[in-house]
Amino acid sequence: MTTEIDFRTAINQALDEELERDDTVVFFGEDVAVAGGVFAVTGGLAEKHGADRVFDTPISELALAGTAFGSAVGGLRPVIEIMFGDFLPLTMDSLVNQAAKYWYISNEQASIPLVVRSAIGAGGRFGAMHSQTPISWFEGVPGLKIVCPSTPADAKALLKAAIRDDNPVLFFEHKRLYAMTGEVNGDVGVIGEAAVVRPGDDVTLVGAMRTVHECLAAAEALAGEGIECEVIDMRTLRPPDTATVLWSLERTNRLVVVEEGPRTGGWAAEIVATAAEEGLGDIDDIRRLTTPDHPIPYSPPLEDAFLPGAEAIAAAVRAL
Amino acid sequence: MTEQPTTVSGPPASGGEAEHYLELYRRMRFIRRFEDEVQSLFMQGLVHGTTHLCSGQEAGPVGVCDVLGDADRVAGTYRGHGHALALGVDPAALLAELLGRQTGVCAGRAGSMNVVDLEHRLIGCFGIVGGSIAAATGAALALKRVGGIAVAFFGDGATNQGYFHECLNFAKVHELPVVYVCENNRYGEFTPFEQVTAGEIAARPQALGLPTITIDGNDVWTVRKTAAEAAERVRNGAGPHFIESLTYRYVGHSRSDPGKYRKPGELDEWRARDPLIVARARLSERYGTSSETVDRVDEEVEEQIQATVQAATDAPFPDASAPAREFAP
Repeated sequence: MTTEIDFRTAINQALDEELERDDTVVFFGEDVAVAGGVFAVTGGLAEKHGADRVFDTPISELALAGTAFGSAVGGLRPVIEIMFGDFLPLTMDSLVNQAAKYWYISNEQASIPLVVRSAIGAGGRFGAMHSQTPISWFEGVPGLKIVCPSTPADAKALLKAAIRDDNPVLFFEHKRLYAMTGEVNGDVGVIGEAAVVRPGDDVTLVGAMRTVHECLAAAEALAGEGIECEVIDMRTLRPPDTATVLWSLERTNRLVVVEEGPRTGGWAAEIVATAAEEGLGDIDDIRRLTTPDHPIPYSPPLEDAFLPGAEAIAAAVRAL
Repeated sequence: MTEQPTTVSGPPASGGEAEHYLELYRRMRFIRRFEDEVQSLFMQGLVHGTTHLCSGQEAGPVGVCDVLGDADRVAGTYRGHGHALALGVDPAALLAELLGRQTGVCAGRAGSMNVVDLEHRLIGCFGIVGGSIAAATGAALALKRVGGIAVAFFGDGATNQGYFHECLNFAKVHELPVVYVCENNRYGEFTPFEQVTAGEIAARPQALGLPTITIDGNDVWTVRKTAAEAAERVRNGAGPHFIESLTYRYVGHSRSDPGKYRKPGELDEWRARDPLIVARARLSERYGTSSETVDRVDEEVEEQIQATVQAATDAPFPDASAPAREFAP
């Protein structure tokens, strides 16, 4: 059975169903219980599942991540909310040095089943410290998974998968997707699989989260000009499903990767590098569209120009 | 710091107690000798990178870990060989880990600073100052459900980290079953802690409402009794407790530190209060334990140490061509 709901409700349902299914799942963060979350995502969970399992914490991101790590070693499956992705640097030691390394350096004595949910992304006029996409900060951390859904269906299915995964997972929610509606079901997603969300043989467009929708809009416009774009939604950025990208590139021979994030050291660079290394013979042309290497501006015209939108993508494709 | 170490009179002497404390002496003696051997193996180039010894601080780990049960969990520090041994980690496997060998407790993947042994209740030793505080606080969140308490060992230096302030507050707000044990050995790496620490360490947990006690951390009787009382209260739901255990390390912070910052005479003063000397004197005074009996323990420890070193140095290195798994399946 499928029903049409918005993205934030999909997240709420995934949390609710996993809290219901598994008694070891706990959920905590700043303002998530009584207030229901600053993005109104987590309402009702504390009332339903009790204050021992869903609770508010101090504004202490390091303690949030650190206690989540320790509680996972102790047998719980914690989900924490870091309100804005921009606050993740405060959690860094615990996520990077403790949670991500534990499975390997303990010689597989235990893994850390821990999920960090965090709202990210620009376009909301939140300024330089409440708008970032912090993916590249974590791309180089072995042992972490990074999940980036672009639809309500994937949000629900992949959050359920993240909670059931035995490894630490960063689960990012784009602020400008929270109001998006779509059909969902009760499925559990598969972390590490990209999706072809629009088939086409002329150009491969690769996006994640918000940029998937920008790619789709560009593909629609380009179709009117006789250019058929294949759009790939990465859905997971660590480990990235480069096989699907290479499979598409084999047919299209042209690749445009669109990342909402700084150009230097971004995930788009990783995709392009893999394409060059493993698909060089298939490449006629290749481009990255990213945000510039400067902080995110506040002023609306500045922020709009900063983001890689459908028009810029279409222009890049035409210029190939 | 002007506070006086708290001393406790302890329970009256009995046969069982005499044997018990002789056993605690044995553990301390073993840790001391283990650290001597680590130092020697380091000088021979067999222990790699860096290593942090706890020589002089043995009473803390031994006294605290002795009061813990099977359900309890401990987070130690990068100066953690004593924490591991006091919890019963196999010494040969611990030493093999330091030597980077396949038989190491983490098969040589962790090294001296990051030892994990869940079977022996050791959540981990943490290489970043303050990390143990978070690990134990989180473990307490889980243990609150199933019974059991968590213990965090950390040094005076960690009291200036964000982990310390954030996690103590978090633990008190949620009344978590955790005992924080600050092993104040007077120096954060090369720097006297008074130089870089405002106010008294014990005033900090007190301000957050944690029952706090400062004790002579070189007297294993005092440490054990204090830890037993704190653990019992924590076990009964009284929320987090804090112990500041005053002690001293005889060696440098790490391999690169000759300890030139020590005040003249300070090392000799602390050596006079060596946990092993204190224990020998008390065993004699309280229980009439003869020095011959204690000497015999030393000899037995020596045999165990030699066997430990032999087993660890004989062990093979890991196979570098074996595949490593990034993720748990």
